[in-house]
Amino acid sequence: MRELTYAEALREALRQTMHADPTVFMIGEDIGVYGGAFGVSAGLIDEFGPERIIDTPISEAALTGACIGAALTGMRPVGEIQFMDFITLAMEQLVLQAAKIRFMFGGKAKVPFVLRTPAGSGTGAAAQHSQSLENWFVHVPGLKVVMPSTPYDAKGLLRAAIYDDNPVIFVEHKLLYKTKGYVPEEPYEIPLSQSKVVREGTDLTIVATSIMVQRSLQAAEILAQVGIQVEVIDPRTLKPLDMNPIVASVKKTGRVMVVHEAVKTGGFGGEVVARIMESEAFDYLEAPVRRLAGLDIPIPYNRTLESHAVPQVDNIVDEARKLVRGGY
Amino acid sequence: MTTIIETSNYPAYLQEWGQEKALDLLRKMLLIRAFEEKAEELYALGQVHGTMHLSIGQEASAVGASLPLRPTDYLLNHHRGHGHCLSWHGSNVDLMMAEFLGKETGYCRGRGGSMHIANVESNNLGANGIVGGGIPIAVGVGLSIKLRKTDQVVLVVFGDGATNEGAFHESLNMASIWKLPVIYYIENNQYAMSMPVKKAFNIERLSQRACAYGIPGVSVDGNDLFSVYEAVKEAANRARSGHGPTLVEALTYRWRGHSKSDRQAYRTREEVKAWQKKDPIKRFAKKIGLDEKALDDLQQEARKRIEQAVAFAESSPEPDVATIMEGVYA
Ligand SMILES: Cc1ncc(C[n+]2csc(CCOP(=O)(O)OP(=O)(O)O)c2C)c(N)n1
Ligand SMILES: [Mg+2]
Repeated sequence: MRELTYAEALREALRQTMHADPTVFMIGEDIGVYGGAFGVSAGLIDEFGPERIIDTPISEAALTGACIGAALTGMRPVGEIQFMDFITLAMEQLVLQAAKIRFMFGGKAKVPFVLRTPAGSGTGAAAQHSQSLENWFVHVPGLKVVMPSTPYDAKGLLRAAIYDDNPVIFVEHKLLYKTKGYVPEEPYEIPLSQSKVVREGTDLTIVATSIMVQRSLQAAEILAQVGIQVEVIDPRTLKPLDMNPIVASVKKTGRVMVVHEAVKTGGFGGEVVARIMESEAFDYLEAPVRRLAGLDIPIPYNRTLESHAVPQVDNIVDEARKLVRGGY
Repeated sequence: MTTIIETSNYPAYLQEWGQEKALDLLRKMLLIRAFEEKAEELYALGQVHGTMHLSIGQEASAVGASLPLRPTDYLLNHHRGHGHCLSWHGSNVDLMMAEFLGKETGYCRGRGGSMHIANVESNNLGANGIVGGGIPIAVGVGLSIKLRKTDQVVLVVFGDGATNEGAFHESLNMASIWKLPVIYYIENNQYAMSMPVKKAFNIERLSQRACAYGIPGVSVDGNDLFSVYEAVKEAANRARSGHGPTLVEALTYRWRGHSKSDRQAYRTREEVKAWQKKDPIKRFAKKIGLDEKALDDLQQEARKRIEQAVAFAESSPEPDVATIMEGVYA
């Protein structure tokens, strides 16, 4: 079985779609010779040249607008925002333009582009380079939000996102770039809006996103040793969200915890939990629903503080144990 | 627009300052270099978690820009800001090193790190992780000075890359129409990460952009402390006397990569070497008539001082995890 890193898997998806489809191009800061801040586009400029791997000045609003304009006129751009934090500089173009154009124009236009961006803490980059802002975009009708947690999903979801006819915010995680996993060589798509059960279990459902899927799987291993069987679900696409596997799982386990890195208040967990409460799974709940998420603070620089600011494997194990064995 | 390649007024400045002050300026540049060389070493040893942006080769730009300003003035710094922070009035290298190592005794109690070092007590309003992030804030600082009717000024430092953010343009225009006491200081080190200025701009000098806002723009040799001093001094005088902002461009070069992880595939070794010949420290030492031996001695002194700073930082406590929720709100 061929293994690739998450970064390589993304690169392969980009390379394959760009070879097959001349309307696909990349645009972003330092994505050419530099290869992107995290190396995702390394070497692509040699293959596709500076006309399709476009380095921009430091102008996030304009590069996002460039994606929108090109998408409106027949192209399928893949933009890169170097760190998710800097997407704040592109908010107007994303939220007021990209998200609304199709609807405002009575469905007569489409804006098919992907904006890739690395999120997350764990690199010591402190408060302005470590955020997980995905839920801001979940809040905006017209945008799709995708967050892969494995190399396999990264490749298949990126291809699907590129061929989707809507603006897609594609959130990668810095600590996942070097993780390895099975990735088929041939092109494939993983449809957007399909949540995936990544581990089956009977005692507790964990809904986790991005790197927290990996941490939850590690926690599940540890919990299995003390007889707690955890089911782990990765929504993969946060918006539009596929609730079916989650509802089915909660009906089976009667307990649910949502784990994400973004701060808890106003985070994605609140949405998932609310939807569970509104669903038929409500009657099956045997314990209060839980959210395990980032603390409501900016990410600190100090290494120890930084690791305490977001859920780690130990925290997931502790919370899960309390939820299953009592304590809540 | 004027382009000052290198001021010829330096003998007059030297006379004005006297040799002791000139030596102090040299000491400051050496301290900055020693700090950053040590930072690099600690990083290589795995003792630093995070990133950093070294300004080695840009020391004259930092020391020269603070020099004409008063302790009551303000500084807004950027990510490549170790030099400006150390140059600013009242800076303490121990607290800087402690912050760099993430310690509770650091300037930001270990919460900010290299990219966010601030010394608010001394009107150093902080470095910034966001390219161009400080530029609009300078409008507010200038506005506050104007409303409070003091004769302070604000120096806002940023790179060539930052001038391509929209906020730069909005801010210069506002500062211009309101005649705010702001010194916009571009440290043009020829690259924004991998983007060379030649590919990012269709103008010869970034100071030309001042035209669009009806303010003076000036480009200076950023590796010559005297030239930087002269330009910023003039801008400060203008600001203090109510004539509004100036755009100053200091032409310099970063010797190291952009940050910790940079293969520097976008430039040649020859180019780097050519700029290293314009070493701002050696140039200044020469102009003040110092021989190599004397310069060497001062360099050793600076390195010793940095060792003390490291010792202070290393013996300082880590932040207490129990305080993690503190400091978000006032
Ligand atoms: C808004 C924003 N975009 C991108 C970045 C990533 N980044 C950090 S420094 C840098 C280059 C900045 O170049 P310049 O302004 O010339 O300053 P220099 O690093 O050369 O001193 C980039 C792209 C950022 N920190 N903030
Ligand atoms: Mg630069």
